[in-house]
Amino acid sequence: MISAILSLALLGLGLGVMLGFAAKYLKVEAGAMVQDIEQMLPGSQCGQCGYPGCSPAAEALAGGQAAITLCPPGGRALAQALADKLGVSADLSAMEEQAPQVAFVNEHLCIGCTKCFKRCPTDALVGANRQIHVVIKDACTGCGKCVDVCPTESVQLRDVPVSLETWHWPKPDELSLAS
Amino acid sequence: MKLFRIRGGVHPEGRKRLSEDKPIEDLPLPELLHVPLQQHIGAPAVVIVKKGDLVKKGQVIATAQGHISAPVHAPSSGQIVGLGRYTAPHPSGLPGRTLTIRTDGKDEWTELPPPLDPHTASPEEIAKRVSDSGIVGMGGATFPSAVKLNLGARFDLHTLIINGAECEPYLTCDDRLMREHSADVIAGVRIMARALKVTRAIIAIEANKPDAIRRLRHATQNDDVVTVVEVPTRYPMGSEKHLTQTLLGKETPARGLTADIGVVVHNAATAFAVFEAVTLGKPLVSRIVTVSGEAITRPCNLRVPIGTPVVKLIEHAGDVKVEPERLLLGGPMMGQPLSDLKVPVIKGTNGVLALAGLEASAMAHRTSCIRCASCVDACPCGLVPLDMAAAIRKEEMEIATKSGLMDCVGCGSCAYVCPSNIPLVQYFNYAKGRITYLQRAEHKQKETKRLADLRTERMERLAQAKREAMAKRKAEQARKKAEKAAQEQPEKASA
Amino acid sequence: MSTPPPLIGGPYLKQSPSVSHIMLVVMLALTPATLYGLFQFGWPAVNLFAVTIVSAMAAETMWLKMAGQPIKPALSDGSAFLTGWLLVLTLPPWAPWWIGALGAVIAIWLGKQVFGGLGQNLFNPAMVARVVLLISFPVQMTAFIAPHPLAGPATIDFMEGLAITFGYGAVHVDTLSSASVLGHLKTEIGRGTAWSEAFATTFNMRGFVFGAVPGSLGETSAPLLLLGGLLLWGARIITWHIPVAMLGSIAVLAALFNAIDPQIYPSALVHILSGATLLGAFFIATDLVTSPVSPLGKVVFGVGCGVLVYVIRTWAGYPEGVAFAVLIMNAATPLIDRYIKPRVYGRTRRGQPLAYEEASK
Repeated sequence: MISAILSLALLGLGLGVMLGFAAKYLKVEAGAMVQDIEQMLPGSQCGQCGYPGCSPAAEALAGGQAAITLCPPGGRALAQALADKLGVSADLSAMEEQAPQVAFVNEHLCIGCTKCFKRCPTDALVGANRQIHVVIKDACTGCGKCVDVCPTESVQLRDVPVSLETWHWPKPDELSLAS
Repeated sequence: MKLFRIRGGVHPEGRKRLSEDKPIEDLPLPELLHVPLQQHIGAPAVVIVKKGDLVKKGQVIATAQGHISAPVHAPSSGQIVGLGRYTAPHPSGLPGRTLTIRTDGKDEWTELPPPLDPHTASPEEIAKRVSDSGIVGMGGATFPSAVKLNLGARFDLHTLIINGAECEPYLTCDDRLMREHSADVIAGVRIMARALKVTRAIIAIEANKPDAIRRLRHATQNDDVVTVVEVPTRYPMGSEKHLTQTLLGKETPARGLTADIGVVVHNAATAFAVFEAVTLGKPLVSRIVTVSGEAITRPCNLRVPIGTPVVKLIEHAGDVKVEPERLLLGGPMMGQPLSDLKVPVIKGTNGVLALAGLEASAMAHRTSCIRCASCVDACPCGLVPLDMAAAIRKEEMEIATKSGLMDCVGCGSCAYVCPSNIPLVQYFNYAKGRITYLQRAEHKQKETKRLADLRTERMERLAQAKREAMAKRKAEQARKKAEKAAQEQPEKASA
Repeated sequence: MSTPPPLIGGPYLKQSPSVSHIMLVVMLALTPATLYGLFQFGWPAVNLFAVTIVSAMAAETMWLKMAGQPIKPALSDGSAFLTGWLLVLTLPPWAPWWIGALGAVIAIWLGKQVFGGLGQNLFNPAMVARVVLLISFPVQMTAFIAPHPLAGPATIDFMEGLAITFGYGAVHVDTLSSASVLGHLKTEIGRGTAWSEAFATTFNMRGFVFGAVPGSLGETSAPLLLLGGLLLWGARIITWHIPVAMLGSIAVLAALFNAIDPQIYPSALVHILSGATLLGAFFIATDLVTSPVSPLGKVVFGVGCGVLVYVIRTWAGYPEGVAFAVLIMNAATPLIDRYIKPRVYGRTRRGQPLAYEEASK
């Protein structure tokens, strides 16, 4: 009996020491984590996540205070990547697959006030005072800042239509046993 | 000739009896021809005509764009009545840029380039003629043939293989072409061999086409370059990698070309098109299409001008006699569903099928995978389809890729044998598309970051410039103030 | 013409076998041996057979109802029926009804449904049930009897059969409780008798080969099981790899040890023809869901099963080892599938693209 107690105690002690070492020397640097996460985020500082920019959002994610589904422009792909990075399991089923959207300026309504392009984080809007503004589609991330500020509601977000180049086969429907 | 075995593969019923004895008929010229600008792999062709122009048959209406591309020619004489978006022959039913020609019924050829002498023309001349004639792989892959003919410059080639296998059920267009135009096909093969600078060309024909084998053998009995070899009837014998393996016993290295092992494979109909282009100067403006299926009244093989709406072919074949359960472009194994009957026939369309009967409806009932491994036994590429599909179901694309997703040729043998009717090929196509989409999204993320950083930098510069300007003004003001103060001082002093 | 159907990918041709077809062929292959067993052991065996299969179907129905899943498609694929059938073939033919019923419930619920239903189970459901029963009710599970053929002097009539299976009333039959062939041999060898002597005194070779010996319901007739196995192979339901590997390894080991000491170790022939060897090799180890998918993997699996069967029979506590061997190898199947995959076209076994001498200039 003594030998049993002794061996288990030693085992517990040994494993505890190992865990202690691991906690100290194998610790993941919090700082590095925040930077990595920030790299993964779109960087357009659109604010849709509720944080004032991608940097604070990254900190919140690293601290575990923010949900990984917080970034609409990043979509499901980003949420999955964040889940992998943070080592949490992700229930993405509720997350809507947001279709990519780009801004579109309705030229009949635009008054050339320049409010929108001053706020665009990727300079996707071009225009000048009293000139009609236009969107460079490739640069637009659909963050929606321009829509919020336009006084005539001439900027709208529209779904990017799928083209022959971007179409792919849909996923087969999940099996339904009912024939 | 000693043949080698390929792994896996399946034996679908050929069903070629419906149309294999029907000689090629000419389809009457339709009123409108819708010619897409993208009928090939690579960059779409660039339009050089405009609405209202009158064109003659064989006239160039769009030029090749870049190295991997092909020009497009008018399939008949008439007037350009439209350039715009028209439903593409694509499973999505999405539109593509298409030129519409209203035919004038005269079918007049334009001035054709002079014929080249097949015995003395240089390989470069042949390749250029093939390129100018808009010839692409007519087995369905539509890869620009001239690019393939130029592979002789980069690789040590020794054999040209002509793919006369036509392993898909129902299709008989290559079979009829080889039977009715044997001499022309062989002439085309010799021209291609010359362009590739190879001394050996093999025409491989599946055993279910005995008449084609007989005729071609007869025509090549004294030929020192071309031989005809009968290959076993097994799907997917028409896959170029597997055909090469059957004939030469060597596997094409993964992610590589058959040229890596010294072989180039071309379709038999492509050889015929090369013959017409080189010896007659005719560009690619028509092709043979098999119209077949249990629902078609009169299955036939038609010579069709490119751009003819598919509905015209079905009407010529006597229309459908029962409601078809499936309408397909191509064969039943790798063909695409027909989204709309108005889509045009393009350079790669080898069949229009209207299927009916038990086989088509077997798609309906799907059950769970029982790991029976029939798909593993059937896969000619040595993959494990059930594992890949399970990973794709859970959106684990890296695992699917590691399991060999990119090595899949998409032949469909796995789904053909699956007792649970799992749509394996659709899972793989979905995964390949999804991976491309994710790569594009990642690229967009990076670009967004770059643009956002650039903007931040620009804002900083502006702010910096503002600060400097402010500082300068302040300094100016201070200086002026000091000057004024200095001026006042001497006045006071002098007062 | 109507609008095209919803977008479904190809291919648009199908080979005919469906899952129910596969189950039917397996049942067809089992029929000769089953009928023989039922004939040999009389009405109690028939009752047990009926009870077990009905319980299997009932267990499946109950589970599906509780899980809120459609019942008819799942029942009609035949897998519950087949699981019950395979289970009853491994039970002592005169076992009480509750052994069959309990076994069926364990097989369906614990062996299959709890993992997620058809295609998701890790272990062979029939073997799970058999092992659970064997360990929990060793007396009932080893109570074998000598054959009492339906037509013959020692036959049991229908009413007595019901009494035996359902365990009521006094049983006035001239039963002769016996051990199975392997059980008898093991006991005698343990006592120091040479196996050939023990065999000769109790069984005759002809009876042994054709199945007129005590044993589980479906294990006894080697020729009929072999016939069924060949039918399965001919219908392309199973490949040759697992049966050949399993039988081969048992035969090799048996012959080897028999050569070392002919007194203690029975010959290869006895090992192959007795017990659940043939049933296991053709019908149990080859279970599609729980065996590896690659040809080499199947061979490894078969060899593993064979070695384990021999080891358990010869040196471990039980006279028959097929159920344990199969379960242990089932646990190894995911590992086998992970590391043993077919070679991909155009790549080496390690996954690198093939490299020939440089063909490019």
